[in-house]
Amino acid sequence: MKISSGTVRLIIPAASLTLLLAAVFYMQPRAMSYTGLNLLFNLAVPIALATVAQMLIMAVNDLDLSMGTFVSFCACVTATFLQASPAIGVLIFLGAIAAYAAIGVVIHLRELPSIVVTLGMSFVWGGLAVLMLPSPGGEAPGWARWLMTSRPPFVPMAIVASIVIALVTHFLIMRSSVGVLIRGVGGNVRSVERAGWSVIRLRAGTYALAGFFAVLSGIALVGLTTSADANIALRYTLLSIAGVILGGGEFVGGKVSPIGAVIGALTLTLAGSFLSFMRISPDWQIGAQGAILIVVLALRLFLNRLEKREKSR
Amino acid sequence: MIIRKMLFASVAIACVAGPVSALADTSGKKIALSNNYAGNSWRQAMLTSWDKITKDAVAKKVVAAADPFTTAENQATEQAAQIQNMILQGYDAIVVNAASPTALNGAIKEACNAGITVVSFDGIVTEPCAWRIAVDFKAMGESQVEYLAKKMPKGGNLLEIRGLAGVSVDDQIHAGIQAGVQKNPQFKIVGSVNGDWAQDVAQRAVAGILPSLPEIAAVVTQGGDGYGAAQAFAAAKRPTPTIVMGNREDELVWWKQQKDKDGYETMSVSIAPGVSTLAFWVAQQILDGKQVKKDLVVPFLRIDQGNLETNLASTQKGGVANVEYALEDAQKVISSAK
Repeated sequence: MKISSGTVRLIIPAASLTLLLAAVFYMQPRAMSYTGLNLLFNLAVPIALATVAQMLIMAVNDLDLSMGTFVSFCACVTATFLQASPAIGVLIFLGAIAAYAAIGVVIHLRELPSIVVTLGMSFVWGGLAVLMLPSPGGEAPGWARWLMTSRPPFVPMAIVASIVIALVTHFLIMRSSVGVLIRGVGGNVRSVERAGWSVIRLRAGTYALAGFFAVLSGIALVGLTTSADANIALRYTLLSIAGVILGGGEFVGGKVSPIGAVIGALTLTLAGSFLSFMRISPDWQIGAQGAILIVVLALRLFLNRLEKREKSR
Repeated sequence: MIIRKMLFASVAIACVAGPVSALADTSGKKIALSNNYAGNSWRQAMLTSWDKITKDAVAKKVVAAADPFTTAENQATEQAAQIQNMILQGYDAIVVNAASPTALNGAIKEACNAGITVVSFDGIVTEPCAWRIAVDFKAMGESQVEYLAKKMPKGGNLLEIRGLAGVSVDDQIHAGIQAGVQKNPQFKIVGSVNGDWAQDVAQRAVAGILPSLPEIAAVVTQGGDGYGAAQAFAAAKRPTPTIVMGNREDELVWWKQQKDKDGYETMSVSIAPGVSTLAFWVAQQILDGKQVKKDLVVPFLRIDQGNLETNLASTQKGGVANVEYALEDAQKVISSAK
């Protein structure tokens, strides 16, 4: 039986998640319950959404360094406008998504490096967030809180949400024709262009879609924390990039995996809990987190090489 | 009817016997410290104090465990995950120094729902189910102006060094200073800079504003900025005003030198990092079944001309003047809040 390269790509993240989960269950049997799983994974839901957003940007060979501040901005909007006057809140979100599309257009038209543009935008989003919420506060809209703390039967919300996110984005990116085009822009812009597609429209659309998922991430985060703070999600920039890479995506070539990205986000969250259960001193924790990343990536490189050898035969 | 009477009687007995039997044994209880940051002398002193007091408490079997956890990066989402992990680890109480007053509320609510006692201190949280041990920063700012009013009844020009912009502690101390100046109109704030609670930043900021200022009678500060201010005045060859200090070791050493040289007088005020140990005892008391008000106020640590030497002697090099709290101190704070 021939295993497709896409499946190979998924095996490592899935295996590392299972391994980590087994280790956590061994150390902390209490986690092996409905509430336990929910507590372990509920903060991974906004990270998974941010990772999917980052994955979309990476699918067109760009990188978004403003992801963390943008999610913080969305969290601030959720805790203030969306809660007090939903119509204005939705309008702001639509504006933000349009801004993302505009960023995509600017990057494409002026052939600017996305890293520079998004790094600049990160200060814009950060500034807007501070303007909106100068000191921590705000309140989560009731429905967001209800959604994030709901208790579906048998399977905890965090798991259900992760599966839904993974499946929806899988169909969107891997199965739909739009998804093929988006990945095509990352893989070979010229051929997509020659085939008569408007790359500028595709890029704008991809950025808008990424903005949409980042908005969802902000809402989910506030649903969990009950209130916002202008610096609430700064970590998400690096976490989302690491999540995509961990889940089998690559920086260039339109090679991404939505299911992998969600698994990557879960793995990163679990790695933090794992280290905390291990009682590793905080001085070493960042290093240990990095070590886990390096081990997984090394495994991937090794498998990639195997794959190549298979092909050259 | 008889049953009802019996019920009443037993309730009455339970009420009378309550205070005695409510003293649950805490020797089997586990307390965790969730800390968001360890990167400055104050936080290091806080963790050292926690270690010292809780090791002793564990050895004496007051509690079963008191483990400190610090997040690797100073981020609210990371600390929320840390608190959720503590719930899974089965702690009975969590003592929190929070990265954000609001962003941890979801995780803290989860902890409360799991029956865990949550006590926040220094960086307190707004979630109503948690206890708060707050410092009256406003009173701390006001006390500086009051001291100056006593020392120099004629008043004069003040330079205010503020902390990190956008942090609530900075706003509160500033409000206290403003209130103090309003009550003592002989003082006038002629300049204000942000020192970010760091000597080098304060020195740069003060050096930058000094040329534009008239004669300064006194400098009101927020802690961690007094030594830098003194250096800036010395570098500009201006007479040294009365600079209120913030209990840092370098500040106290400088004060001592000036005092020995020409009888320089000032005062020093800040919160003691040992407040973590107060939070520990409060958590222990709550686990013990004591009724504790949700909002407690911790006194700040003030050093005056008279007790400078003793405080300096007990302060570590590069550290902060500190007090560690005992069970009795916690009981005093609890009873004074009622």
